[in-house]
Amino acid sequence: MSAPLPFPRELALRLLHDMVRIRRLEERAAELYGEGKIRGFLHLYIGEEAVAVGALHALAPDDAVVATYREHGHALIQGVSMQAIMAEMYGKQEGCSRGRGGSMHLFDAATRFFGGNAIVAGGLPLAVGLALAERMQGGSRIAACFFGEGAMAEGAFHEALNLAALWRLPVLFCCENNLYAMGTALEHSESQTDLCAKAASYKVPAQAVDGMDVVAVQQATAAAVQQVRGGGGPFFLEFKTYRFRAHSMFDPELYRDKAEVAKWKERGPIHNYSARLKALGLLDEAGFLALAADVDAEVEAAVAFAEAGSLEPVDDLLRDVHTPEGAS
Amino acid sequence: MIEFKLPSLGSDMDEGTLLEWKVQPGERVTRGQVIAVVDTAKAAVDVECWQEGEVFELLIELGTKIPVGTPMVSLLEPGERPENVQHTAPSPAQPVPQAPDVMKGAPVLAAATRPRISPAARKRAAELGLDAGTLSGSGPHGVVSLEDVEAAAAAAPPVDRYALMRQAIAAAMSRSKREIPHYYLGETIAVGKLMAWLQAHNAELPPEQRLLPAVALLKAVALALREYPQFNGFWQGGTLHPAPGIHLGVAISLRQGGLIAPALHDVDDKPLPRLMSEFSDLVQRARSGSLRSSELSDAGLTVTQLGEQGVDSVFGVIYPPQVALVGFGAIAERPWVEDGQLCVRPVVVASLAADHRASDGHQGARFLAAIRRLLQEPESL
Amino acid sequence: MSTRTTYREALREALREALREALQRDPRVFLMGEDVGRYGGTYAVSKGLLEAFGPERIRDTPLSELGFVGAGIGAALGGMRPIVEVMTVNFSLLALDPLINTAATLRHMSGGQFSVPLVLRMATGAGRQLAAQHSHSLEGWYAHIPGLKILAPATLEDARGMLWPALQDPDPVLIFEHAQLYNLEGELEEGVVVDIRSARVRRAGSDLTLVAYGGTLGKALAAAEQLAGEGINAEVIDLRVLRPLDDATLLASVCKTRRLLVVDEGWRSGSLAAEIIARVSEQAFFELDAPPARVCSAELPIPYAKHLEEAALPQVPAIVAVARTICR
Repeated sequence: MSAPLPFPRELALRLLHDMVRIRRLEERAAELYGEGKIRGFLHLYIGEEAVAVGALHALAPDDAVVATYREHGHALIQGVSMQAIMAEMYGKQEGCSRGRGGSMHLFDAATRFFGGNAIVAGGLPLAVGLALAERMQGGSRIAACFFGEGAMAEGAFHEALNLAALWRLPVLFCCENNLYAMGTALEHSESQTDLCAKAASYKVPAQAVDGMDVVAVQQATAAAVQQVRGGGGPFFLEFKTYRFRAHSMFDPELYRDKAEVAKWKERGPIHNYSARLKALGLLDEAGFLALAADVDAEVEAAVAFAEAGSLEPVDDLLRDVHTPEGAS
Repeated sequence: MIEFKLPSLGSDMDEGTLLEWKVQPGERVTRGQVIAVVDTAKAAVDVECWQEGEVFELLIELGTKIPVGTPMVSLLEPGERPENVQHTAPSPAQPVPQAPDVMKGAPVLAAATRPRISPAARKRAAELGLDAGTLSGSGPHGVVSLEDVEAAAAAAPPVDRYALMRQAIAAAMSRSKREIPHYYLGETIAVGKLMAWLQAHNAELPPEQRLLPAVALLKAVALALREYPQFNGFWQGGTLHPAPGIHLGVAISLRQGGLIAPALHDVDDKPLPRLMSEFSDLVQRARSGSLRSSELSDAGLTVTQLGEQGVDSVFGVIYPPQVALVGFGAIAERPWVEDGQLCVRPVVVASLAADHRASDGHQGARFLAAIRRLLQEPESL
Repeated sequence: MSTRTTYREALREALREALREALQRDPRVFLMGEDVGRYGGTYAVSKGLLEAFGPERIRDTPLSELGFVGAGIGAALGGMRPIVEVMTVNFSLLALDPLINTAATLRHMSGGQFSVPLVLRMATGAGRQLAAQHSHSLEGWYAHIPGLKILAPATLEDARGMLWPALQDPDPVLIFEHAQLYNLEGELEEGVVVDIRSARVRRAGSDLTLVAYGGTLGKALAAAEQLAGEGINAEVIDLRVLRPLDDATLLASVCKTRRLLVVDEGWRSGSLAAEIIARVSEQAFFELDAPPARVCSAELPIPYAKHLEEAALPQVPAIVAVARTICR
């Protein structure tokens, strides 16, 4: 499709750049995990880049973002430096959470990135509360909440949507439907697999979007954000996407077959979008290589930063359980 | 030369078994290429290699189980030739921070307001008659522990129990003679009827149930005390305190020397067979050292029988704070006068040592007379 | 010395005045929970507040403990000072995930970036024949969780005074109000200020330290009266704060009396009483003259029949009997 893009060239290239940044960060993290530099759980966003990139670029910089444990991409695009993310995964105190959180608990107060939550659907009520606070203080910022389709079976999803709709709160519910909740396919966990119908049952406007197309994601999100910010209450977006790798690092993927994965890879967001940019004359091969080299440099700098980082002194073990007197 | 090691592919993967090679020596390997299949607890997983190069050597045999971090494959870096292999120096290990000081933040003992003695030590010290508070503690925080008490007890000189007992008897007897104005009475009692009755009673019984004359004598004393209670009690604070029941102290000699007089309780109330078994039990326990504290303190009058030793009579020393001691000598055949005729009868000399503050000779004589009278009707005992 | 005005009221009115004061003093404060507005509060604590402060600040929620507790956390993160009312501790179980996985952990997981200034109030305790599902005393359970602060007001003074310092605290504070105390009447001095850190000696004594909190304080005091008649002079301590425990006050008392008896409406095994006894044993072992003792609820779900419920809960005769055995 060579239809012109609905935004300027700078943003168009930015979108590609950001998707490649996420892709390379995730691939490097996988390597480092195999080498034992990153431990615990590691959930990779490979294949889903278009969703975080397209959606976050449609938000205002000071909108709140709540995400899941598959959040490296969201943190990066929201503005957390790759160095801080990498150091966090290394467990170093230079990490964004001082090494206390790890891969699943990236947080950044400066960019209003509220995690990094390991409990499926745990972030939804949190986003509702952030939106409530904003409304009560008369502000215009919204709360965007990212979650997988698996979260829609949890009670928290239903309670959060009901509350947000009842009180007309500025929450953007972003469902990243990658068809599998760890090893359970959607049709084995939902009686109603039309996810937009579920949201609509709470009288929340809902729209399904091709999550492999960054342009579609950006456009749909921008429209939804406008409605939410304008006082229209919550909005639900379903991004149909796919993760190319396993749920987390040690998952033999017995629940889906390789042919399905291969088919989705043909619709890979980076591959298709860069082809589209090339077809539109916005990017040539040299430009792509330069972009890739730039990203590789950023990634290696992040790794070097993490490698050189330091471990928090054990004597400080008990800090930050409570807020010290006089602190914020 | 690049050494590719078995990666950890999950938080709970420690090792894997090599199932299959996907590359051969001489083959070029690109980033992300699957080079082997490894079996783990969960399933067989593809192992990707993140480096580029030419496979030089496969380092592991198929079917071997290897821990994570074991070199599997060596790769020639692009441009490298086997002859001029450069070995990369291993990166210096990151210093691991010290393990936390476990004692930091541990609860702190309150300041001592008295010697710190463990409950176990306290208990043992009480058993041994030691004052644990005077011991020095070897436990943490200067605590006196069970060990300390045991050690102190072992270090103490061995107790000569016999010597201690002699000392106690000496003290008691001295005090008795010092404080108690004794008077003495004696009476010879014919016990022919008693002996005949006992013989008849015992004829049908197995040896262990046979009654000894001793218990009959005790019973007679007890019954006599019902009529003359002023001989059963304690002299304290200048006056006689009658004993609450008729519990007779029975003087028992101990094999290793020494004397003890534990109480038989309620002698007046019990039938002779019961008294017999209790008496035997008491003697046995006295000799084995397992008397009860009530037995050591409840006697209101003590009876001493030295008949087995052959003496005719015994005029004893009262055990304070009791006010009387009844003695019996041997039961022996003696010449006797009955209805004006000389005959031979078994007789026993009963004696009374009594506290003149609590009674006088007249009462004492009547007390002994009561005992005599009771012994003439053995079937009523 | 100026004499302050005192007036007579019930504990529920003291709680209401505390809420009123907080809502007046700080515009960020709002009350959220089931039936707190139109119904006036299930225990009539918030009666009249909706009329006084309006529906934005006195918010009736749907029956969604998980949802509205999570939203309360989000609102606190977003700059408000929410007071979330969970009707009883029995229903709080539905909100354990946001409380334990988010409220208690957020500061630490984020490496000190976020604090959660949430106040959560709930009724607790048994004694009105409400049977197994409505009679829990789980404050001891909550006191197990690092990151939370737990209060148990048992006097009018604490009911009136603990709310404001709880709202000032930057960390999550849970206030457990024993349901049997709402009707408690007494004299309250105007303007009294209390802390939320210390335990208090409610009755001085020399022979025995009787520790209680919340609903058991009254029983401990009654037992102490009875024991005084028998020549046993008991010192009664009101814990007030269940986490963090005020070790210093407890130890000073036990070092004086050398005997400890804890009265706790939680079930015996793994109770808060067990924790107190462990601490006193660790720190004052050699000062004790008798084994530490406790009177707790019997180990069964609380029964409906009145005589069985009474037998299951700690009662004055049991406290007196146990006190006698350790005082000999």
